[in-house]
Amino acid sequence: MRPDEPGCQTPPDLVYSLVILSVSRRLRGELLGVKDETVLNTGFSGKVKLSLDILLDGVLLNNGLFLGLRDPKEEIVKMGTATFKGGIHPPDKKELSAHSPITEAKAPKIVVIPLSQHAGAPCKPVVSIGQEVKKGEMIGEPGGFVSAPVHSSVSGKVVAIGEFQNAMGRMVNCIVIENDMKDEWTALKDSPDYMGLSADELKEKIKAAGIVGLGGAAFPTAVKLSPPKEKPIDAVVINGAECEPYLTADYRLMLEKPKEIVEGLKILMKVLNVQKGLIGIENNKPDAVARMLEATAGEANIKVLPLEVKYPQGAEKMLIKAVLGREVPSRGLPMDVGVVVQNVGTALSIYEAARFGKPLIERVVTVTGEGIREPKNLMARVGTKISELVEECGGLKDEVAKVIAGGPMMGFALSSLDVPVTKGTSGILVLPEEGIVHAEAFGPCIRCGRCIDVCPMGLMPSMLSLLAEKGHYEDAKEYNLFDCFECGSCTFVCPSKRPIVQLVRVAKSMVKP
Amino acid sequence: MEATRKEQQLVVSVSPHVKSDETTSRIMWTVSLALLPAMISGLYFFGLKALFVTVLCILSCLVFEHLYLKFVDKQSVVSDGSAFLTGLLVGMNLPASLWSFSPFTVHIPIIASFIAIVITKQLFGGLGFNIFNPALMGRAFILICWPRPMTIWLQPTSSFLALDAKTTATPLGILKEDGMTKLLQVFGGQSGLYHHLLTGNIAGSIGETSAIALLIGGLFLLYKRYITWHIPVSFLGTVAVLAWIFGGKEGFFTGNPVIHLLSGGLMLGAWFMATDYVTSPSMKKGQIIFGIGCGCLTMLIRLKGGFPEGVMFAILLMNCFAPLLDRRVKSKVFGLRKEAAK
Repeated sequence: MRPDEPGCQTPPDLVYSLVILSVSRRLRGELLGVKDETVLNTGFSGKVKLSLDILLDGVLLNNGLFLGLRDPKEEIVKMGTATFKGGIHPPDKKELSAHSPITEAKAPKIVVIPLSQHAGAPCKPVVSIGQEVKKGEMIGEPGGFVSAPVHSSVSGKVVAIGEFQNAMGRMVNCIVIENDMKDEWTALKDSPDYMGLSADELKEKIKAAGIVGLGGAAFPTAVKLSPPKEKPIDAVVINGAECEPYLTADYRLMLEKPKEIVEGLKILMKVLNVQKGLIGIENNKPDAVARMLEATAGEANIKVLPLEVKYPQGAEKMLIKAVLGREVPSRGLPMDVGVVVQNVGTALSIYEAARFGKPLIERVVTVTGEGIREPKNLMARVGTKISELVEECGGLKDEVAKVIAGGPMMGFALSSLDVPVTKGTSGILVLPEEGIVHAEAFGPCIRCGRCIDVCPMGLMPSMLSLLAEKGHYEDAKEYNLFDCFECGSCTFVCPSKRPIVQLVRVAKSMVKP
Repeated sequence: MEATRKEQQLVVSVSPHVKSDETTSRIMWTVSLALLPAMISGLYFFGLKALFVTVLCILSCLVFEHLYLKFVDKQSVVSDGSAFLTGLLVGMNLPASLWSFSPFTVHIPIIASFIAIVITKQLFGGLGFNIFNPALMGRAFILICWPRPMTIWLQPTSSFLALDAKTTATPLGILKEDGMTKLLQVFGGQSGLYHHLLTGNIAGSIGETSAIALLIGGLFLLYKRYITWHIPVSFLGTVAVLAWIFGGKEGFFTGNPVIHLLSGGLMLGAWFMATDYVTSPSMKKGQIIFGIGCGCLTMLIRLKGGFPEGVMFAILLMNCFAPLLDRRVKSKVFGLRKEAAK
């Protein structure tokens, strides 16, 4: 209930005269997480009843002070930050590509579309060699419940179906299509009144469009939107943190397509039947925050929250902790605390799928790094070879470079540029030779504890790495091995340059969870 | 295009692909730098003799480290600064009187360095694996083997080149043997005593006498976030409280905590020795327990033990508990509730 609404017990002027309110973090968690209304002692004006909306509109600083309440008449949120414990501050390097608007990448002559671009079962091909396909036509059908169909990103002829290398260096089944450059679309089901559709119809559209999480993990969205009955969802969080250094794809989308993203969020809220929508954006993108605020004006159920600039702010669990104060249980999922998180790019695709019936056949890829001539944000079709995007950005500056699919913290180094862009490719980062951290001989752990301080999951990476190094994989489980989501913060700060994350990966592969 | 692509070499490695510029050797050299004020103070009060003993320890440590690593066919990493730091700390923990050739005591700092580097550090697995603080272990060994030369304290002098060897007792020594009245009398009252303790114009080990210089170094490390407050504050706080409660002759709560805080090896120990990463717990909670333990043992030895000073044995004993503390005091894992933790 907002104070300006009729029937509200709190005189609005009393609420707005409130300037500083000491709220502990835990209290805030309770406020945002459980109760819709609460009574706080303000210290100088007696007790004031605050509604959840007002708390969201205010700003919580790191020291726990609650500063400034928003007057709904002026749509301004004073800058403040929500956050989690731990984390690191790598140089963000976003300026390389932040100012370049999203441009359509050149149409590729040939596309190699992997049948497994998502977490879950690979697709089964539904086309055969020699067959003509239209742009947007389904070419692979889901191979199980956790799966998502794939569609052709060009119109043309299927020339091969077979195993090709993907960005992670694995051989995966792909469908190769020669582009006839006509860009003929298959018939799409237009729905101008998409908000009038039922939740199930909307979900069906999302499923049919093959939408997966575009943040990188590529988890099928329709599956995320089908939580079991015993896990009621009450909030949808849109992830605009983009905490990986260098990447600017989500940032550009928030600047260029804010309305569409908000529509995507509203569709998500409708599908899940929730009344609470939150958009979390790292504070280093004030213009994106402003743009999203503009786009959400008048949406009483949607809040935009600036977040502290800190890696890994965009990790699902950290984001939920920051914006809602809820802690996803160990080894659990966001739905365990009633939350579904979707990336801004995913929200846009959801809107396009619902409104135009458009399948997920292209995505924004940030091509950046000190080793590329002209960093750009490209709208690239799934299946485009990475080498073509690199050429389009002026090529590599040096002969020796490291090319990474994704961001520098969690991305994969490519062994070949002849691999296709997939639904999960958020960026192509080129580090020049001098920027490459070589896999040098690493030193012993000096137990300095830096990794423990930065671990967002509260683990002891030093112990995990020592145990893994000595082969004591089972013992590593006692140190919550499987809670690690491999964000790399520990490895970033380690003064001995120990490959902690890699040792953790080895340990994980050696034991059962 | 094909031709250029063939020449292209791609580097492949595991994520993360960016790393901070912090390194082990930078940490070691920065800690050494933080010891500089105390070292300068030591040189000022004990002159060339102090320089001789410290350089001897540093060189011995570097040589022992290098020889040992050669002996076991490991790559020599003397440049990482850890052996230098150990040598510096060994030197700063010794009395300057050990410089003497007649009677010959020059072998003592060398043996302390050997115990520190070879026995305490390398035989336990090298950097990162030693249980005990190497510099303190070296000092403990020679204190037990050569108790006489190790307790000859030179009188501070302002002449750098002075070669005469007037000796005197440390403030804690006087306190133990003759009591508070005598101590105040020697230093001309309480303010005189505090002044001497702060500046370092007292007898003692080379690097331990000036509380101000050590505090500057300690605060520098805090500012640089190389250490956190947990160990020094809990250590010093425990000593202050216990000195206040049990330190007085007239009964409980009559002790003088300031004298206990500023004298002996406490400042050096609390800021630079107990905070050694390798031999202290990694978890903040464990560090506080560790600091309190160090403080209790220090005061137990100072007030009830046979030695006037107990910082060294206190830290060494608590070093034994560091691995246990790391096992039992674990971090708060995100999303793990207490009842689920077992």
